[in-house]
Amino acid sequence: MSDSEREPPNGEGGAPAPLDVQPEGYAPSVAARLARYQRAGGIITPFLTALVAFLMGGIVVLSTGHNPITTYKAIFEGSGLNWFFHFGSHQITIPGTDHQVWFWWDTNTNHVAAYNLTQTLITTTPLILTGLAVAFAYRCGLFNIGGQGQYTVGAIVGVFVGSRFVELAHFPHVLLVIVLASLAGAAWAAIAGFLKATVGAHEVITTIMLNWVAYWIGSYLFGRGGPLQNHRDAAVPVSDDIVDKARLPVFWGNSHLQGLHVGLFIAIGMLFVFWFILNRTTTGYEVRAVGFNPEAARYGGISVSRNFVLAMAISGLFAGLAGAIDIMGWQFRLGVLDVQVSNIGFIGIAVALLGRNTAVGVGFSALLFGALFTGTSTRSLDPSVFPPELAGNLALMIQALILLFVGADVLILYLWQARRKVGLGRRAASSAAVEEA
Amino acid sequence: MDEPPVLELRGITKRFPGVLANDHVDFDLRRGEVHALLGENGAGKSTLMSILYGLYSADEGEILMNDEPVEISSPKAAIERGIGMVHQHFMLIPVMTVTENIVLANEPVHAGVLFDEEAAEKRVAEVARTFNFAVDPHARVQNITVGQQQRVEIMKALYRNADILILDEPTAVLTPQEAAELFEILRTLTREGISVIFITHKLNEVLEIADRITVLRRGKRVETIPRAGATEAGLARSMVGREVLLRVEKKAATPGEPLLQVKDLVVRDDRGLDAVRGVTFDVRAGEIVGIAGVDGNGQSELIDALTGLRHAASGSIQVAGEDVTSATARGTLDAGIGHIPEDRQRRGLVLEFNLAENLVLHDYGKEPFSRFGLLNPRSLFGWARKLLQEFDVRGGGPETRGASLSGGNQQKVVLAREINRDPRLLIAGQPTRGLDVGAIEFVHQRLVEQRDEGKAVLLVSLELEEILSLSDRILVLYEGRIVGEFTPSVSEEQLGIAMTGGRVEAA
Repeated sequence: MSDSEREPPNGEGGAPAPLDVQPEGYAPSVAARLARYQRAGGIITPFLTALVAFLMGGIVVLSTGHNPITTYKAIFEGSGLNWFFHFGSHQITIPGTDHQVWFWWDTNTNHVAAYNLTQTLITTTPLILTGLAVAFAYRCGLFNIGGQGQYTVGAIVGVFVGSRFVELAHFPHVLLVIVLASLAGAAWAAIAGFLKATVGAHEVITTIMLNWVAYWIGSYLFGRGGPLQNHRDAAVPVSDDIVDKARLPVFWGNSHLQGLHVGLFIAIGMLFVFWFILNRTTTGYEVRAVGFNPEAARYGGISVSRNFVLAMAISGLFAGLAGAIDIMGWQFRLGVLDVQVSNIGFIGIAVALLGRNTAVGVGFSALLFGALFTGTSTRSLDPSVFPPELAGNLALMIQALILLFVGADVLILYLWQARRKVGLGRRAASSAAVEEA
Repeated sequence: MDEPPVLELRGITKRFPGVLANDHVDFDLRRGEVHALLGENGAGKSTLMSILYGLYSADEGEILMNDEPVEISSPKAAIERGIGMVHQHFMLIPVMTVTENIVLANEPVHAGVLFDEEAAEKRVAEVARTFNFAVDPHARVQNITVGQQQRVEIMKALYRNADILILDEPTAVLTPQEAAELFEILRTLTREGISVIFITHKLNEVLEIADRITVLRRGKRVETIPRAGATEAGLARSMVGREVLLRVEKKAATPGEPLLQVKDLVVRDDRGLDAVRGVTFDVRAGEIVGIAGVDGNGQSELIDALTGLRHAASGSIQVAGEDVTSATARGTLDAGIGHIPEDRQRRGLVLEFNLAENLVLHDYGKEPFSRFGLLNPRSLFGWARKLLQEFDVRGGGPETRGASLSGGNQQKVVLAREINRDPRLLIAGQPTRGLDVGAIEFVHQRLVEQRDEGKAVLLVSLELEEILSLSDRILVLYEGRIVGEFTPSVSEEQLGIAMTGGRVEAA
């Protein structure tokens, strides 16, 4: 639970305090009601947002002459989420043993649903992390658009470290890749934080610029004749493969057929780490204080500029980790094309916004986007229902609609506040005065 | 007095979930009088007026106008019946002119649809002449003062033929001069037969302008009395429900060694201009030094520099002998400065934080609140429970968000935090701004307590009364310079002259 999901004990959520206890203590400001609105809407509005986006996507499907209901059903099945609804009597092997125990779901990835689900979860894994990268900065009042660049830098360092240090054992090697790639992502993001803290350069601008720097660095390094191009085929602009020991173990499915790797658990663990840092550490306290009210934070003795750098660095840590996990989990190499077409970092923005920048929200919305992209991929979608070459666009469109609606939600809140500032808020101001009593 | 009241509220009752906001309240308004509605924040004044203005409907009771029962179901209906309301926050459109704002929603038209500017100006001029308003009808609202904007609001109501005017805390946003002008306007209005309901929690205003006074407390009417014979002490007692000390009782100060020494301090404002121009003063242990001055004479910049929130351009600041001239906010906190900021919502509290978090805003990094960078929620909450009880903070517990407390209770939270850090020097910037009498008394007592415990207290306030009743020494700040030092026996007039730059013999 993040702090925004905590409820005060005395029914502050709706009813004023009871008269006999403390009649004059209650005077909700507009800000308080806004916060309440956000919290009350915290669960409902993301659902509504996604629902409306899918509805509008359905209209587009209809306009192409296809049936939206069967199309969505096909996407759902393509994502493998239908797996959860098929019960039966199956066997599952306890990891590390030969023991078989009874299980109600069919885990055999030779079957389509289970296989699709593993693919969805493989996509969900980095989305969780890039979502956290955006969310963490957001909680410090910063808009990190640079998840993509940080992800790329993490992947570059990941593939470099993973394809070298061959003498290292399995676990130390994996750990080394993770640590160095995360630190690289952190350093990359910290540049934007540092520029903001020292010369006031806006992080939206600087992170976008850093995205392009990472893009071209990657393109150069692995391009033809580039210093990190592979040693086997000079015609292919791809890196060397990482060594087998640097791969993440696959725990579900066939490791030769892109099985589900343990990076998923790392990502889920990071959801908890995210929550823990924000709510249980002094660093998180500072980050949130700066995010809510930098002026009050400064008054409290907190260095705002230091927190800008720190929050960006932690953000970049998540994104860099995402890059490393993709390399170690299923990509094993990085090509110019990978660097140039990847948009995992950008989808992270949608993930964070839809998830309201909370740990739980990011987890679920990463799953939603992971399922959406897998379900609409040419590999998973039933071509007899909806042409997969259109489906990819449908996914992008739904993503854009979700962003638009989430953005509109923020916009409405912003206008509400702005209206009050100019003194035009007849309703807002008068009802605030009214509620004072 | 035989004439029936123009307006009468009988037995008005309004319930909100868990709250009885108005409990059988009676209220009547006579032609041409100013009837003050007095009560603490949350006493039910605003609810009552919202019922009258059609924003809420009463659960019980009736409204009569000229002895006829009426139903007011919307603000539109209220306006049609001649009731006008001036809210605390103005409802004007900044980019439009005074005239345009006044006629808005009631524009005179010609040819059915076209705005008849000439007619509008004529009628606005008429209203202005009748009631003696001095406002330029062509000025854009964004370019006129707050006092003038308020006049535009009043004219808007009069333009719509209001003969009953509700003013919701009208002086809260005004300077003393503007308030005096407002009272002059109200006298003109009442002479012309307009009746005014004046909502406030300021006692001196009530005694100055009201003909009759109704006091509300916890949703109930306590009394309705004529101004003649009413006293501040009596009204305060009715409002709060107990004896209130309007002037703080305190012993003579016993100043010790200087805890704050400021020498030739120069501080620049945000535009880079000198706001504080070489001030030198001491604050000793066990005394309250008050800094008086008209707003904008360098008070905020002085406080910011003392608390490390703004760099001093030159000069020096010492706290108990330790130089903190170029210290950060953290440095001044560690040197033993406690700071009650001028703006508790912008600076004193993180409104989205809960009270437990707000109460450790300076000390979250220290044991027992955290260890090795990990917060200890249990100690945070335990500390909050203790402080909230000690400082009688109402309206929530440790988990309550700062934003959902009333202003008085927010200030208590700030006070609790600052005082419990056991500072050597307490800097209080306008510590009672916007608070009602009960809360003011509480804050004042705590400040005197701190003095008596041997702390140095620096009080910066725009309220002369506050300065006079609390301070052991008074410094007057004018255009960034200290232009006089006085003892508290100085008269308000003398202080006033010094505050506006006039020369006075030190008393």
